[in-house]
Amino acid sequence: MTSASDVMTYENAATMGLSRDEWDLINQRLGRTPNLCELGIFSAMWSEHCSYKSSKKWLKTLPIDGPQVIEGPGENAGAVDIGDGLAAIFKIESHNHPSFIEPYQGAATGVGGILRDVFTMGARPVALLNALRFGEAEHEKTRHLVGGVVSGIGGYGNCIGIPTVGGEVNFDKSYNGNILVNAMAVGLANSDRIFRSAATGPGNPVIYVGAKTGRDGIHGATMASAEFSDETESKRPTVQVGDPFTGKLLMEACLELMASDSVLSIQDMGAAGLTSSSVEMASKGGLGMEIDLDLVPAREENMSAYELMLSESQERMLMVLKPDATETARAIFNKWDLDFMPIGRVTETGRLILLKDGGTACDIPIGPLVDDAPEYDRPHGDAPARKQLASSDITNDQPISHILKTMLGHVDLASRRWIYEQYDSQVMADTIAGPGGDAALVRVHGSKRGLAMSTDCTPRYVEADPKTGGAQAVAEAYRNLSAIGATPLAITNNLNFGNPEKPEIMTQLVESVLGMGDAARQLDTPVVSGNVSLYNETDGKAIQPCPVIGMVGVIENVDDAVGNCFIAADQDIFVIGQSEQTDDGWLGVSIYQQHHGDDGIYAPPPLDLAAEQKTGSWVRQQILGGGINAAHDISDGGLAVAIAEMTMRSGFGADILVPKTGNLHGWAFGEDQARFVVTTADSKTLIAAAKEAGIEITKVGMVSDRSELKFGDNDTISLSDLNDVFEGCIPALMAG
Amino acid sequence: MTLSALRVAIIVFPGSNCDRDMMVAIEQLTSRRPALVWHKEASLDAADLVIIPGGFSFGDYLRCGALAGRSPIMNAVLDHAARGGAVMGICNGFQILTETGMVPGVLIRNAGLKFSCRNVGLQLCETLASPFTAGLELGEDLTIPIAHNEGNFFADADELDRIEGNGQVAFRYAASDAVGPTNPNGASRDIAGVLSNNGRVLGMMPHPERAMSKLHGGTDGAKFLLKSLEALVS
Repeated sequence: MTSASDVMTYENAATMGLSRDEWDLINQRLGRTPNLCELGIFSAMWSEHCSYKSSKKWLKTLPIDGPQVIEGPGENAGAVDIGDGLAAIFKIESHNHPSFIEPYQGAATGVGGILRDVFTMGARPVALLNALRFGEAEHEKTRHLVGGVVSGIGGYGNCIGIPTVGGEVNFDKSYNGNILVNAMAVGLANSDRIFRSAATGPGNPVIYVGAKTGRDGIHGATMASAEFSDETESKRPTVQVGDPFTGKLLMEACLELMASDSVLSIQDMGAAGLTSSSVEMASKGGLGMEIDLDLVPAREENMSAYELMLSESQERMLMVLKPDATETARAIFNKWDLDFMPIGRVTETGRLILLKDGGTACDIPIGPLVDDAPEYDRPHGDAPARKQLASSDITNDQPISHILKTMLGHVDLASRRWIYEQYDSQVMADTIAGPGGDAALVRVHGSKRGLAMSTDCTPRYVEADPKTGGAQAVAEAYRNLSAIGATPLAITNNLNFGNPEKPEIMTQLVESVLGMGDAARQLDTPVVSGNVSLYNETDGKAIQPCPVIGMVGVIENVDDAVGNCFIAADQDIFVIGQSEQTDDGWLGVSIYQQHHGDDGIYAPPPLDLAAEQKTGSWVRQQILGGGINAAHDISDGGLAVAIAEMTMRSGFGADILVPKTGNLHGWAFGEDQARFVVTTADSKTLIAAAKEAGIEITKVGMVSDRSELKFGDNDTISLSDLNDVFEGCIPALMAG
Repeated sequence: MTLSALRVAIIVFPGSNCDRDMMVAIEQLTSRRPALVWHKEASLDAADLVIIPGGFSFGDYLRCGALAGRSPIMNAVLDHAARGGAVMGICNGFQILTETGMVPGVLIRNAGLKFSCRNVGLQLCETLASPFTAGLELGEDLTIPIAHNEGNFFADADELDRIEGNGQVAFRYAASDAVGPTNPNGASRDIAGVLSNNGRVLGMMPHPERAMSKLHGGTDGAKFLLKSLEALVS
């Protein structure tokens, strides 16, 4: 049992992840030693997860403004203007550690948590995406983790009825002991009806709604801020348990209540539960809060103040209501059979006061919890210089089709159908382009407008050159949106790295954030929300750095969007962003190098942000003007893979012109940036338009009605052969 | 009677999530917005068609459709059906119909033990007289998406013989352009949709409300729903 008289020591603080300096600072700010509950609150609020203490200095360098931005970082999610008086509200968040320990529940609650962040702002969620990283296919845990995470994501999203429309999945041995599960949610709200979290009006009631509080997930935010070890799996009890059915009821009840003009401020109980929600609401309002913990709906008996404040039980919200709105709100929550309990009030004291069992369990100033949270300028250095790889060092004479077949049948590039068919990608009946496209496209309900979304990161580029890699993630997302005809608006980011106390890891973080900032400025896609996940290490070994970008854009009329399948035989196939003289390509840290080269880390393909913008904008304009009728960005696996994907998805074949000189594999599989494969019904006009705009355009072949892919004169493979390996790979892996 | 005079009621349970999609689909076809009826209601206004939509009523906890089948509104739906009223249950709605015994069989977990969201081919079977099949050609192929975890239709051999003999099998899974096995869930005798023994109640796993326009990638759902609505009008 906890009481205010419990005397804590530094040893207690250390077990909660606090340093000696942080312990001393707490004692100094309080003018006394904290009790267990108070120490728990400090440790949660000062955890890396809640305080961003290692990354804050660098996050501040990111661009966050623009005429399209309605709400930047700091709220539950970011918001951008998409026209027609509507805002897209979105955020991405990690649930890496819990998903490794208990993949189904970890992933499910990751989805539930990010959905709450979005509907807390008054938005009805309309789409889910994700970014997943697993260990190598052969690793003993990979099958179990993939199966559990995928069914957990589906388990939550399918049940709550929000379509999972896109995402990315990759495999690498650096994730063997530390997978990444990042979930993104996108919602829609009227621009003038966005709800925020700052508490207002001293004396106003503080209401707890949703599910009851149990002992699950206690101190999850602190766990998420520590490295893994062999004993981690004993932490299974600290993983939260999701209840998508209650999540659905909570979402409907909150949206119904928000339409009734009763809510002053609202905050979901995510990481650090009641602690972070109450502290953040009071802090943002410059006020205090008093809560009677005996009134908190509890699932278990005899929960201590510490347990109630640190529980991460799911599907809970805290809100401040207008004083006369309590009964209206209670009726709505009764209708949905959810708990509704006034547990406290807003105060002017600037203190967090918690009452329990007739006494005071906690009485601490809120200022230090937030404003004095440590901010570190951790040591970092220069990213290592990388040698450039010459194609001829690793290429051979095999026909392109042989290489292509092997690559498409490998988990790096194989079809993700086994995964995404476990997600309901169509519920809400507004999905125009679901998984498998370059970007997902969801219609704004009842209109012609469309929201385009994509998640992207290429960790091997980031590892090789963090600044280029950080920028490339933004550029690839920009390309994916442009390839369907959408205008990119803004991004959310999820920075997944190892232990920032190691200078080489901190270097990855700093450099990739700087690169990301450069790209976001150049491409006019400010960062409106995000999440940082550090200490992704197992037994001292860090993951490949993975700063994921989630991008949102808009298209005025979904009828104008194009897909990444060929649509008619005898149409010319062009590469945009590549000159006619090109007869080689960049194989350093490409998929081709991973399959055919050594383990060396070479320089990644260079990125020209101005070219990305120019090429992407031009492709978008041509799509909207009808000049391009199918488009696919060139990324992992290069040109040959992009073309193969366009054939397999369409059933049309292609005759490809190969260069007479140079390095054929470099040309086919190089991963040079800022390129698209497109087709058109009117080649002459497209070429003229490109020349006029100063855009490089090269004809590389023609769509055929034969079910085969032909490179040059003598190298042919049937689409059914390609399809068999492409579709067969992951089902075979998962069948074991 | 015209289509716009058709009174359609859609039952909403806590956890239903295709109620709005179905409402929009029906309105698209009839220009009349269906009534949404909350499960706690004990009575139902006169309706020409009652639809039980897809979703996860009561979280699918206990057993899919088991709790919803015992909601107050279901007595009114049973009365409606007993009077010869038309009822259509889609996906979770089909599961609820089997729980109440309004259509035969049960729906168990997919043979692959995974949720599956994809297009499937459907073939119309020879049935007893039913408004849900009257407007379609025998053997007609439709492509409509499924999205379910428990869509594996099951009944013992005698029961299957009986419902086949009565013409109660409305749709079977059939070969199509869709990627993946023809029978997506292991359903007995490829059954995707069944009728009550008077042909007035239909349960089916595929979601016609998700195949309503070219933007959805197909219009066969609209075709099926329109033919059903037209048959109910005439």
